[in-house]
Amino acid sequence: MSEGLTTSDGLNAAGIRADARRERLALAGLTAPSFLILGTLLFIPVGWLFWLSAFGDNGFTLENYTRMVVEPAYALVFLTTFELSLLVTILAVLLGYPLSYMIALLPPRAASICLTLVLIPFWTALLVRTYAWLVLLQRHGVVNSLLMGWGVIDAPLPLVYNFTGTVIGMLHIMIPFLVLPLYANMRAIDRDYVRAAASLGASPAAAFWRVYLPLSMPGLTAGTVMVFVICLGFYITPQFLGGGRITTISMKIQQNVATYFDWGAASSLGVVLFAITMAVLWAVSRLASLRRLTEVGGS
Amino acid sequence: MSEDHVPARARLWLFVLGGLVIAFLVVPVLIVIPISFSNSTLLEFPPRAYSLRWYKVLLGSAEWRDAAWMSVKVAMLTMLVATPVGTAAAYGLHVGGFRLAGVLRLLVLAPLLVPVILTAIGIFYLYALLGLNNTLVGLVLAHTMLALPFVVLSVAAGLRSYDMAQERVARSLGATWFRAFRSITLPQIRLPVLSGALLAFISSFDEVIVAFFISGGEMSTLPRRMFSALRDQIEPTIAAISTILGVLSVAVVAVLEVMRQPNRRG
Repeated sequence: MSEGLTTSDGLNAAGIRADARRERLALAGLTAPSFLILGTLLFIPVGWLFWLSAFGDNGFTLENYTRMVVEPAYALVFLTTFELSLLVTILAVLLGYPLSYMIALLPPRAASICLTLVLIPFWTALLVRTYAWLVLLQRHGVVNSLLMGWGVIDAPLPLVYNFTGTVIGMLHIMIPFLVLPLYANMRAIDRDYVRAAASLGASPAAAFWRVYLPLSMPGLTAGTVMVFVICLGFYITPQFLGGGRITTISMKIQQNVATYFDWGAASSLGVVLFAITMAVLWAVSRLASLRRLTEVGGS
Repeated sequence: MSEDHVPARARLWLFVLGGLVIAFLVVPVLIVIPISFSNSTLLEFPPRAYSLRWYKVLLGSAEWRDAAWMSVKVAMLTMLVATPVGTAAAYGLHVGGFRLAGVLRLLVLAPLLVPVILTAIGIFYLYALLGLNNTLVGLVLAHTMLALPFVVLSVAAGLRSYDMAQERVARSLGATWFRAFRSITLPQIRLPVLSGALLAFISSFDEVIVAFFISGGEMSTLPRRMFSALRDQIEPTIAAISTILGVLSVAVVAVLEVMRQPNRRG
């Protein structure tokens, strides 16, 4: 009798296992269309470019990579890209943090209106915004006319088709990317902590720097990293607002393909850009987890 | 001192700075509106005389009309493909206990991590071999790939706040898996699915770089056409098209806001 029970149990268990396996397969199957698309349109072509960057007509070569180190033109491209990205990131933090803080202090209704205003440029087509800045910043554009009308300046300032114009255009695109995660973080901060700090005698400045700012760090870090990483890949804005004076890595890649048909050179630059992006993300995730560790250790 | 422990003076400065930043974000988008109604070829602000001249030019141009229609077609098809495919993947990855799920969850974000220019030349190279450059299918497939992370992220976020036990109950009561999903789960995650779909549409409609490489001539999308036009001349036609697109984007924000409302009250 007991033998009969075990057999039926065993059969049942096998049946359940088979069911579970079928279910896992079905679930994996649901992801198949996505990965078929990602595989054919992203992993294979980009993998192929990786290959092209190191394998020329005569087999393996690092020629494309050594060129980046040897030729000063490439160093300038990297330098420009980093300068732009760093400056835009710093300015985005300096302008985006107070904006997020302001929205977080506002009553819900006003906060919702401000957030909508931040989202309008976010949803506006990139080329529309680029065009708007051309109109505003050009030699006889709106900004120069206003400034001259007010007597602030005598001659038009060179605001566009240069580094300045590129920074302004990129900043306009990146501020919402900083504000959205930062504001989400700030809204979740319990203001009782700040009140507690104040009631324990902290000055408002101390309460901000030692309590509020650390509590808003996760959102600030997420936003800052996102801004910096997106900046590294910019193409459209420097293309139009840089007026040919600015060449970013992405623009150099495009030039290598469109002008010189040099797929190897373009690919190797793309590989380096991708590697830098991943290195930044990896470093930040490491730092974040380290900080979590030390926080736990500290408390 | 106010109840949030920000001194009045600091508060004043904060609001002045915050207001200026908002102006910096919004004014450039709004400035194109009056310019689009200008009567002159010059980009003057404020325009000396108003007219619908540039809208007439725009509507009278077969090139712009075709490009707009092309963009709408590509964005609609991208949305129709990316939404079910991405939703299925998000569901599979959320429920799935299969071994690769963790890795796949990261891989599905790849389109956001790989620099777009690299993706663009990669697809261009592939399409040159397959003969898919300058085709509707090619554009839709490329944009679907780029839109997948938006759909997956949006739906995954919805599934995280959904209680899967409800679906298991339905299935234990005899509903098939598909029926349980369609009648129990899907209605409850419809907002994340819809906003994923909307993001897919917008991401395609606004996409320039890939379209720049793989489309051209009669197959140009609107951003592709604008890209060429901006390179050649900056007359108010582009202000007119920008105004139309701007009105559309305000409409999108309004729709999203309305969709968010019930959540906030609940």
